[in-house]
Amino acid sequence: MFEAIAFYFFAAILIASAVMVIAARNPVHSVLFLILAFFNAAGLFVLLGAEFLAMILIVVYVGAVAVLFLFVVMMLDIDFAELKRGSLQYLPFGVLIGLILVAELVMVGSVWVLKPASQAALASATPAGITNTEALGRILYTDYIYYFQIAGLVLLVAMIGAIVLTLRSRPGVRRQVISDQNARTAATAVEMVDVKPGEGA
Amino acid sequence: MLFTDLFTGLGMNHSFAWFVSQFLSILIFDVVLLVLIAYLLLADRKIWAAVQMRRGPNVVGPFGLLQTFADLTKFLLKEVIIPAGSNKVVFMLAPLVTVVLAFAGWAVVPLDKGWVVADINVGILYLFAMSSLGVYGIIMAGWASNSKYPFLSALRAAAQMVSYEVSIGFVIITVLLFAGSLNLTKIVEAQAGASMLSWNVFSILFPMLPIFFVSALAETNRPPFDLVEAESELVAGFFVEYSSTPFLLFFLGEYLAIVLMCAMCSILFLGGWLPPLDIWPLNAIPGIFWFLIKICFFFFMFAMVKAMVPRYRYDQLMRLGWKVFLPTSLLWVVVTAGWVLFVRPHL
Repeated sequence: MFEAIAFYFFAAILIASAVMVIAARNPVHSVLFLILAFFNAAGLFVLLGAEFLAMILIVVYVGAVAVLFLFVVMMLDIDFAELKRGSLQYLPFGVLIGLILVAELVMVGSVWVLKPASQAALASATPAGITNTEALGRILYTDYIYYFQIAGLVLLVAMIGAIVLTLRSRPGVRRQVISDQNARTAATAVEMVDVKPGEGA
Repeated sequence: MLFTDLFTGLGMNHSFAWFVSQFLSILIFDVVLLVLIAYLLLADRKIWAAVQMRRGPNVVGPFGLLQTFADLTKFLLKEVIIPAGSNKVVFMLAPLVTVVLAFAGWAVVPLDKGWVVADINVGILYLFAMSSLGVYGIIMAGWASNSKYPFLSALRAAAQMVSYEVSIGFVIITVLLFAGSLNLTKIVEAQAGASMLSWNVFSILFPMLPIFFVSALAETNRPPFDLVEAESELVAGFFVEYSSTPFLLFFLGEYLAIVLMCAMCSILFLGGWLPPLDIWPLNAIPGIFWFLIKICFFFFMFAMVKAMVPRYRYDQLMRLGWKVFLPTSLLWVVVTAGWVLFVRPHL
């Protein structure tokens, strides 16, 4: 009873805020609605008994990714009238892509057959006796450790790629070297000059 | 949870008794917390004054004890000014977000064995999530004010808090590797022993306490990392345009977050409610007393840092976060994991 009320509450707000993400005129409002959507998705995870996933969703997506989104979107200076003009001419194309995606989703949902083992796993969110976190850890770090490592490697390559693409070494930039500064003493940093009157330094 | 048995004893059915007891414990918790904040705020000003050889607030009430309540009344009675060019909904939402998140984090903090509003399995992650969301209040305020200084402050806040969350996250990982649980009660119980030598701060985790403490300073925008509200550069930072009650909410949210960080420090490293020696007169005292003493100790450290350390430059702040704390804490995750797996079983 209570769970059903909570589910419909979270689900309704999730869908409404997801719609508002694309309907809001102001991009900052869109990001804020996106954050609300993340929160409600986390609520749905909690209802499923997947509290670890719920918290990770909030920590990673809301706490880090959406902050950077907001950071970028806040600094954009968008002319909305300019942006909206001519958007109707893309409508048929957009509708077509949307229809294809819906058709694919329906096909996946109706045709996809799960292995019996996976079906059993669907029924119980957490194996009895261990917590959610342990269950996820076993799957990630014990059962599928090599896939996990490969995923990490792919991310590392992407990260290095991004750094290499944006790295530019400019000559003549004066950088602060903390160790050099800490190594300075009064003897090396200060020079006492005895200035004669009327001569200047 | 605390009062559930009491109310079922009075003849209520279980779920209703649970609801009433939760409501009551949240209410008591929040009121006590607010009074605690009022006096910690006064303590902050008194400590700061003592370092600068001033008297600090001493006019309202004996020794200035009612100063915070006088300030509260002043803030509540002033007019709320909303800038004409601001985004009004987000502008008013920002202080609410700050204060609600700051209160919400306390839900999982165990004051004593079993004295906790929500004893959830992923308590430490929940705390981490709530403290990392604190940045939204600042960003929303900075953007919605539609003014230059708040906006610059919001940009600084976003970069600073995301940077220091990373090292806080790794410190938390070392602690939970050591305790083997994400539940805060279990993290405290894992530190139980004959004396304070079994606390995490006296184990292999000892270098993580300074890192966590300094990251907590940065996460709560306290000096020397208060570039978000650096008054010599940004007037007052993100709350330049705020007045009266909304300003009060920001102020309250900031101090709630600071005390929450102090509570996190004492739970993760100083054994929460555990007494320093497990002998008769000390372990007969309720655990909440020890917990409060530890919170006050860390709050004193926060206040002393504010009084003594000059403000960092922004590039130094980023350097410290990314080039010093991140590699150190990452290395320590590996060291702790190795210790737990290979050394501890043979001790």
